[in-house]
Amino acid sequence: MSVRPNARPVGQKPPFWRDRAKRALIFQFILIAAVAVFLVYIVGNTQDNLAARGITTGFGFLSNTAGFGIVQSLIDYSSQSTYGRTFLVGLLNTLLVGSLGVVAATIIGFIVGIARLSPNWLLARLATAYIETFRNIPLLLQIFFWYYAVLRTLPSARDSLTFGEIIFLNVRGLYLPEPLFESGFGLIPVTFILAIVASIALIIWNKRRQEATGQRLPAYWISFALIFGLPLLVMFATGVPITWDVPELRGFNFRGGFTVIPEFLALWLALSIYTAAFIAEIVRSGIQAISHGQTEAAQALSLPRSLVLRLVVIPQALRVIIPPLTSQYLNLIKNSSLATAIGYPDLVSVFAGTTLNQTGQAIEVIAMTMAVYLTISLLVSMFMNWFNARVALVER
Amino acid sequence: MIHNQTVIEQRPAPSSAIGPLAWLRTNLFSDPINTIFTLIGLYVLYLLVVPTVQWAFINADWVGTTREDCSREGACWVFVNARFTQFIYGLYPRAEIWRANIVFAGFFTLIAWLAIPRLPFKRWVAVFALVGFPVVAYVLLHGGYFDLPRVPTHRWGGLMLTLLLATVGMVGALPIGIVLALGRRSNMPIVKSFCVVFIEFWRGVPLITVLFMASVMLPLFMPSGISVDRLVRALIGLTLFQSAYMAEVIRGGLQAIPKGQEEAAAALGMTYWKRMGLIVLPQALKMMIPGIVNTFISLFKDTTLVMIIGLFDLLGIVQAALADSRWLGFSLEGYVFAAFMFWIFCFSMSRYSQYLERKLNTGHKR
Repeated sequence: MSVRPNARPVGQKPPFWRDRAKRALIFQFILIAAVAVFLVYIVGNTQDNLAARGITTGFGFLSNTAGFGIVQSLIDYSSQSTYGRTFLVGLLNTLLVGSLGVVAATIIGFIVGIARLSPNWLLARLATAYIETFRNIPLLLQIFFWYYAVLRTLPSARDSLTFGEIIFLNVRGLYLPEPLFESGFGLIPVTFILAIVASIALIIWNKRRQEATGQRLPAYWISFALIFGLPLLVMFATGVPITWDVPELRGFNFRGGFTVIPEFLALWLALSIYTAAFIAEIVRSGIQAISHGQTEAAQALSLPRSLVLRLVVIPQALRVIIPPLTSQYLNLIKNSSLATAIGYPDLVSVFAGTTLNQTGQAIEVIAMTMAVYLTISLLVSMFMNWFNARVALVER
Repeated sequence: MIHNQTVIEQRPAPSSAIGPLAWLRTNLFSDPINTIFTLIGLYVLYLLVVPTVQWAFINADWVGTTREDCSREGACWVFVNARFTQFIYGLYPRAEIWRANIVFAGFFTLIAWLAIPRLPFKRWVAVFALVGFPVVAYVLLHGGYFDLPRVPTHRWGGLMLTLLLATVGMVGALPIGIVLALGRRSNMPIVKSFCVVFIEFWRGVPLITVLFMASVMLPLFMPSGISVDRLVRALIGLTLFQSAYMAEVIRGGLQAIPKGQEEAAAALGMTYWKRMGLIVLPQALKMMIPGIVNTFISLFKDTTLVMIIGLFDLLGIVQAALADSRWLGFSLEGYVFAAFMFWIFCFSMSRYSQYLERKLNTGHKR
């Protein structure tokens, strides 16, 4: 047996570059150093550039007067308000279109996804056509379509499209009747909340009773009746304390009622329709992912079809559906930033757009905007991890 | 044993079980609820298809040069016709369009070569597509060499720019994504946390803020006196954004490779890069192709956002053409054309990825 010329004598340690632990340490040290040098370089350059342009850094600008108006605001806002207030208005508008979009996209997505699995050939084909059309066209194009090609070409206020002379749709937006709450209305939300609490208690009690005795009440139907019936009952008992402020055409525009601006409508429609196509695919693949044996086994236990779905298929399908579903919700909220292209006053539009242009505080503004989206993402992924840990299959 | 001598002649299935009528009955009118759905579906189809066909084909105007050639009854495709060159090449000088055409031809040939499984020399074609072709394309499109007149990037636009942004973003993102994905699986805590933070940061923010950042903050980061071309800024933003998504796709592919593969390679004495480069990545990349195609589709659609920072991609140039006072009021035609172009590309890519998925899926499925 030949001895390799550079063989190490027994007992001697290998050189440090052959030692995995030391090598890892050195490599990580180099990485930190490289990142640090890069950051110092960038910060230095930025300071030079800012000094050259005469821009002062810091968040002091947030208390300056903004001086521009915003078409839609959920809180009090005027052009005398501060940039900090602008940020809040934009954030709330983003959350508004995001949350309404999530609701609409979920409803449309589930309907289309289930329709795609329907035994009805025509229905399944229509659902497929919907998915393949809207999934493959850029969202920005869809937003433009709804805004410029549909809502901007609507008739003027005088020739509004109307639904029963209560709801009006024209180039300036959608006019809905606004409910005005009179005294005594406070009782209705209170009953509503009470009914929800009672329903939850009923469902828990019903489950315990079923486990103990095997008997069960139709708890879901009872709670449905409670949640919707009781408030209605109270409403009629108190003599319907709501009046509707119906929009009316006065001169060239509508007065009264509740106005939905066309920018919001376009963004909301496009976001919901686009995201719904993805949600539909998620729902379909989630349901298809459940092995057919599960359905057959449940049928073999002579469960009726509704219970097969409710107790066997849907709980398992939800485990597959919910993680990609939350990431679609996240996408929807991030995509709502496209609002800036049609001028819906969301966070990116009023803050990273107008405020940035007026103040020139690029770094602070972009950092704040990104921080908002990062926070939302982090919260959602924390929920996802919690959910995944809760529903994960416990295997050997 | 039972012998049955009188064999009953095979009879055709009853007419209630075969033929178009039976098909209709099982697929469209199996029960009252299904019948109602079918009727509603037919009505919706009627409401959608008839006006669309009338607008887009029957009443449409196809030939002409000005808006007077349009009757306004249906679609005015004259508008798209008149602007077609712009929609494809942007403001690229008319005399130089042959250069863009060569690049287009090369691009589609290479893509087809790589996508069709039967064609040979895949590896060499891929190397040329990644190394040689970008140089050729840059020289041809940008000019300034070999007596080709320079065409500054702000004149690039249309479909050409869309394809360019998507492909460069993709090709740039792939190596960064591989490194990030490997880093995220690394045992070194600092490398791992650095990669996690990088990936989650880019995945957590909307592309539009990334593009804003690239267009307003990147110039601040550069030493004074150096200005970066607007197209390059957008490309940097797109690439970084895309690399985070790519890293997650690659991580998914790496996770699908059984651990035994890497352990066996380690047992043979292979170093980390050999284990990855020769054993794990070749297997993983194959599984990742559908995922990569899917992220490419979303990148392709996302390139439309560059119009917000002032680049004229396909949607940007259509939007700009709609603002032309000679052609006001044809927004529907413009959007339908752009949507059709995007749809063709995205749909064929998604079909291709489904085909690959079927081809690579060797598992048992019901």
